[in-house]
Amino acid sequence: MNIIDRRLNPKGKSLANRQRFLRRARRYVREAVRKASAERRIADIGDGERISIPADGLSEPMFRPDESVGRRDIVLPGNKKFVEGDRIRRPGGGGGRGSRASPDGEGEDSFHFVLSRDEFLDIFLDDLELPDLAKKTITKSDNVLPARAGYSVSGSPSNLNLVRTMRNSLSRRIALNRPRPEDIRLLRDEIAELEASENDPVRLDFLRRELERQLRRTRVIPFIDPVDVRFNRFEMVPKPATQAVMFCLMDVSGSMTEHMKDLAKRFFMLLYLFIARRYRDVDIVFIRHTHHAQEVDEETFFHSTESGGTVVSTALEEMKRVVASRYPTDDWNIYAAQASDGDNIVSDNPRLLRLLENDILPLCQYFAYLEVGEETDIGHPRETNLWLTYEKVADPGRRFAMRRVRNRGDIFPVFRNLFARDQATVGGSTA
Amino acid sequence: MTQLTSGDFLFTGADWDYDKISRVYDSIEEIATGELGLDTYPNQIEVITVEQMLDAYASIGMPLMYNHWSFGKHFAIHEAQYRRGMKGLAYEIVINSSPCISYIMEENSMTMQTLVIAHAAFGHNHFFKNNYLFQQWTDAEGILDYLEFAKSYIQRCEEQHGVAAVEAVLDAAHALMNYGVHRYPRKRKLNLREERRRELERLAYQEQSYVDLWRTVPTGGRDRRRNEAVAERKKRLNLPEENLLYFLEKNAPKLKPWQREILRIVRRISQYFYPQKQTKVMNEGCATAVHYHIMNRLHETGRLSDGSMLEFLHSHTSVVFQPDFDDPRFGGINPYALGFAMMQDIRRICEEPTEEDRYWFPEIAGNRDPRGTLLDAWANYRDESFILQYLSPHLIRQMKLFKLRDDSERPELVVEAIHNERGYQAVRRSLARQYDVAVLDPDIQVVDVDLAGDRKLILEHHVNDGILLAEKDARGVLQHIADLWGYHVKLIEVNAASRHVLKEHPEIAPRSTLI
Repeated sequence: MNIIDRRLNPKGKSLANRQRFLRRARRYVREAVRKASAERRIADIGDGERISIPADGLSEPMFRPDESVGRRDIVLPGNKKFVEGDRIRRPGGGGGRGSRASPDGEGEDSFHFVLSRDEFLDIFLDDLELPDLAKKTITKSDNVLPARAGYSVSGSPSNLNLVRTMRNSLSRRIALNRPRPEDIRLLRDEIAELEASENDPVRLDFLRRELERQLRRTRVIPFIDPVDVRFNRFEMVPKPATQAVMFCLMDVSGSMTEHMKDLAKRFFMLLYLFIARRYRDVDIVFIRHTHHAQEVDEETFFHSTESGGTVVSTALEEMKRVVASRYPTDDWNIYAAQASDGDNIVSDNPRLLRLLENDILPLCQYFAYLEVGEETDIGHPRETNLWLTYEKVADPGRRFAMRRVRNRGDIFPVFRNLFARDQATVGGSTA
Repeated sequence: MTQLTSGDFLFTGADWDYDKISRVYDSIEEIATGELGLDTYPNQIEVITVEQMLDAYASIGMPLMYNHWSFGKHFAIHEAQYRRGMKGLAYEIVINSSPCISYIMEENSMTMQTLVIAHAAFGHNHFFKNNYLFQQWTDAEGILDYLEFAKSYIQRCEEQHGVAAVEAVLDAAHALMNYGVHRYPRKRKLNLREERRRELERLAYQEQSYVDLWRTVPTGGRDRRRNEAVAERKKRLNLPEENLLYFLEKNAPKLKPWQREILRIVRRISQYFYPQKQTKVMNEGCATAVHYHIMNRLHETGRLSDGSMLEFLHSHTSVVFQPDFDDPRFGGINPYALGFAMMQDIRRICEEPTEEDRYWFPEIAGNRDPRGTLLDAWANYRDESFILQYLSPHLIRQMKLFKLRDDSERPELVVEAIHNERGYQAVRRSLARQYDVAVLDPDIQVVDVDLAGDRKLILEHHVNDGILLAEKDARGVLQHIADLWGYHVKLIEVNAASRHVLKEHPEIAPRSTLI
């Protein structure tokens, strides 16, 4: 008999099967994932999710008998009162066969399983890509950190490596046989002793010459020689920024309805997910504005209204201020998404444009403007004030995009449309 | 071998380790081969984790299996049920191979490991090695090598032809898995000399029996010739053919060689599992009877502590528990319960028969050789024949079995037989039929195909007792057949006895994109 311990065998033997299954189930899983995502808070959305999908979507057909027709004989255990010839009412639906166990879940309405966070996001975001993302973060040259890279024989005194230096010094002193201080002291002691007693002048003479020789040697062979000295060496390594901050800007003036805010929330959520997928840490900053802007928490952002006029540039100013105070561009990838119904005070437009072009866009990896409208609006959309202003900035090469959305169903298509992979490559080649 | 005097327990406490396992194994082996006369393949015991057990579940219990999405689906289902606590896992899985591999879970207590070794490594192992169905249909030595081959072959195909193309073939093949078995041993191919001899014999016979008069009998003309052509065609294609996978593998006009090979792989694996399907009750009965005997002997000889024995009895009784038909827990007849009860009943009949047993089982009643009788039963029967042969009136009364007639055209079910003198035969026959795979799987055959014409494949379902096929599933499977066959496919359901056509399924065209 052999006993083999298989517990340490590689795990996830069925991983390949699971992936195949998910790919197969993709369509159903995607629907389920979308549905699930509608009900969550922005920052929670990326957690794993229990998904249930219809079983018949993945059925494996087999020839099987139709349960509802035909004549069958059934033998059952546990007769209590029946005698031959008894007639029994057919139990509801299932025939006289007791509860129909479904051994492999077939025949159940749906089955449930848990998607891991990665699987969930993979499916949710399918084949979208952030334009220009990877290049920016890796090749940005002003964003470098020194990293230890061995030792060198030259350098600034502050980088002196004592241990290395002393080690070299010690080995050199041993190799060249430099007298140790103890040896010299012993020599001196003996000389002093002989001088006091005066009974061995020959040895005294010898010792004095010896001392002379040793002292000369000490002077010739230095304790620390320039060849011993070593410095820590550093190389400048570009540091990929692994954190991102996402600014959500929204107009909260009276003209923004609940519906519009809901649209905006969905869009922000998608963007968050998308960014969170690429960076280790993602901060979200909510800035709402009327005729003045302020940074608020998520709850206030979505659920409280303010009255006042609409001056969009205040929001950009606030964003600029927050970036300057908390998010140095060297360390942070900055994304911004703005949602608005398109209203702005006309006099603010030139200032807004200037601010966007000169200050905000250079800071950002990507700036998306989403114009939300009422579901009831039909026909060709009115060219709003803000839209016309932004149109001057928008052109394909830039990291700026603008879209219009009216109902929930549009959000995802619009989002996809913004980040679809082929577009990303176009953007990448022009940049 | 360990020699132990009474009072020396093989182990105490719940934790297991390798020393304890090999000590226990030796003791069990002594009882199994000495007292029970079991003849087993060499054993290999593998310790696995829960996750590995789920893995094994998903790939139909085999240690090596090619990749397919359906295994991932089953894994997801099992895992979800297990995580929600809806289902416990089996204590073991055993594989019909040589060496016989038994998987035992690391969570099991030492008592459970003892039980599992007795159950799987000796009970099932003996059954695999000795039952005629397994001997006839499976190659225990070769199966692991074959699976290895299958896995790497399919992997190579995926690399060469793409995952999607391979998946399409596998999907179709899996749908026909139950129709990929030869139910009867096939005629052996004759060698050339043999064939020559038979031909000469035939010629000699024709010359002997030649009567010139036959030449003058008028023939049927064109009709007859056409019938002859059809008969000839059917003969050449070996029609009717019930092994659909085999038929498609050999005859589908459009399949490429690698696709045929995949069908062959699925067919071979299906054939390998065919005996297991037919011997669930016996196989589990055999293993349960063996572990019950061994555990009791270990306890009697003082090698198993009372505590372990109680633990064993607790799990044993829950394994062989048979809820009544009106119990909410009822989910069909428990093969462990029925199998174990029958094995114990045979033992009783051999040792302490009643008058009734002597009347019903004159050959074995009171023969005082339960061991030989059981060994014989395990070797030479399958579920259906075993129940037909050995289900005793005593056991029918004990389980209070009764037979119901369920006719979908009547509003009520009729109790046709119960556990009384008049009912025994009927109950036994009917229960045996429930285990007859020939009855369980709808009987579907390829009956005709016009290779020279439109190449339409015609299948027939021989309907017994008016049980038609479930329409939706049938359509799905037919679609798969059409994809493999490459031309139209038609299924006709006919009454097996009267040949009346009961239902014609619409013709299905192949999806050209898939295969």
